[in-house]
Amino acid sequence: MFAFCVEPDLLPQWQWFACYLTSGTHLAFYWSFLVVMLLLVVVAPLALGMGMLGALAVRSRFFPLSWLGKGYVNVVRGVPDIVFFLFVPIALGQGIEYVLHQINCPDWDQPIRQGNDFIVCREARFPGVNASAWARNVYAFGMAAIAFALVFGAFVANTLHGAMQAVPRAQIETAEAYGMTRGQSFRRVVLPQMWVYAIPGLSNIWQILIKATPLLFLLGIQDAVFWARELGGAKTSLYTYPHPDWRVWYFLVLLVFYLFLTWISERAFGRLSDGLSRGQATAAGERQRRAAA
Amino acid sequence: MRTCQESFDAYFLRPLGREFGENLLPRGLEITLCDQIFLIGGGLIWNVYFAVLAILFGFFMAAGVALAKFSDNPWLHRPASGFVFFFRGSPLFIQFFFFYSAFLLLPRVGFDIPLGFVTLTIHTSALTTAQVGGLIVLILNTTAYSAELFYGALRSIPKGDLEAADAYGISGFTRFRRIIWPTMLRLAWPSYTNEAIFLTHSTTLVFLSAFPARQQSGEAFYYARYFVDQTFNPFVAYPLVGLYFVCLTLLIVGIFGLVNKRLNSHLPQAARARFRFRPQYVR
Repeated sequence: MFAFCVEPDLLPQWQWFACYLTSGTHLAFYWSFLVVMLLLVVVAPLALGMGMLGALAVRSRFFPLSWLGKGYVNVVRGVPDIVFFLFVPIALGQGIEYVLHQINCPDWDQPIRQGNDFIVCREARFPGVNASAWARNVYAFGMAAIAFALVFGAFVANTLHGAMQAVPRAQIETAEAYGMTRGQSFRRVVLPQMWVYAIPGLSNIWQILIKATPLLFLLGIQDAVFWARELGGAKTSLYTYPHPDWRVWYFLVLLVFYLFLTWISERAFGRLSDGLSRGQATAAGERQRRAAA
Repeated sequence: MRTCQESFDAYFLRPLGREFGENLLPRGLEITLCDQIFLIGGGLIWNVYFAVLAILFGFFMAAGVALAKFSDNPWLHRPASGFVFFFRGSPLFIQFFFFYSAFLLLPRVGFDIPLGFVTLTIHTSALTTAQVGGLIVLILNTTAYSAELFYGALRSIPKGDLEAADAYGISGFTRFRRIIWPTMLRLAWPSYTNEAIFLTHSTTLVFLSAFPARQQSGEAFYYARYFVDQTFNPFVAYPLVGLYFVCLTLLIVGIFGLVNKRLNSHLPQAARARFRFRPQYVR
């Protein structure tokens, strides 16, 4: 990074650290924090979408659909999430390869599961045999995002369903009295008002989502945990920057990063909740009205 | 092929260590369904060990931390709030890493604390094992989460109850033991049941990364992962471990429900606090 970094052994303390902290692997470490943020940004709307679909399915008057929605919400919530995080990517990966195998190689006569191997034809490999390392990383990240969206979608579905129920019944009755259809009263009355009831639950889920991101490490993605382990471990004099076991400091940095992230989002949700309470028939809305008057 | 009886003898107690079963875990093609059922089931011993001890210690520590956080004295309130913020604001997964690498830095042989008449030797090597070090992290973590629940309950003790205690001349420790403590427990119990469930589920994280599983003795999920790595088939071991955890969850709901009944026994049926299953597994 710096011009004086040619021979780190001879450098004084501060220059040594300046070189050490800007080495190529450290830049990858800093980059991995962005990967964590990227996962949050990708998963949040996906989970919100899944949750909305789930909540609508649970509410549906079409019996199989509501049964499907309830099954999804309860099964995912009833089993430890870590099982899902590890199960979904591998099961989905095998599912994709199985489907591609059926499409591309219809005249394959051997079974796909032979003993402990999962064998599909060459054309059915996904990502392909010649895929670049970059494509493989994107694939792994996408699988992780889907697993997260599935698990958190169930949490969100539960919260949104509760929020829809919490909108005062009298308001829906009024909408019906004005001759609105079920769909219209949902769009015009329930949907705009449900968020104030959903925010506490959603904020909780967001905090849980933040705290779930280190599990990316288990899915083989080079995230902050991976690099903290990698960089912190003791380095012998064979390395350019030898040092003893510094893992505890690296993990301290990670802890501070997560504490900051949860702290800042708690404040952000507090402000959002204030904004949404404006003009609502709730205790918080009433307090705002009194303060203004 | 092993029979089911052989699998049971070889692997059910294997999670306790090598002396209790086969030396090696089943490998590759020789893995049978019974192997998976019994080895994963046997691993639950450790999940129960971590959960029971962490809940037991965590319960009393949480009560202390909650009272400290509720106190007006800034010297009690500040550290208690900081403790709760630290453990609730960061992922348990990283806490395991952090404490493991911190425990590794402690001197191997332990250190002596001279107390004048006797020298106390603290052995630190045990701290790097999951059974001690991992348990400590779990205890601290559940202490923080439960303390927040108890703190919320303390804040919502009805004013009338405290005024009635004052009117009867009940004060000091008697007031705490007879009025505050039972009411706090009663109010917090439904959410505390959820906390016990999350804690039990998060015992699956102990062996996942930092703390090593010595002699391949780990908890249920550790073995489930082992089997999936060996057979490359996620459709047996993961559902199995999920099923075991559903059973554990039902057991906890049952036991905590009995306590809840006792805590509410003086109240009319309609006024009793009810447990609602609200899982938030990741911490």
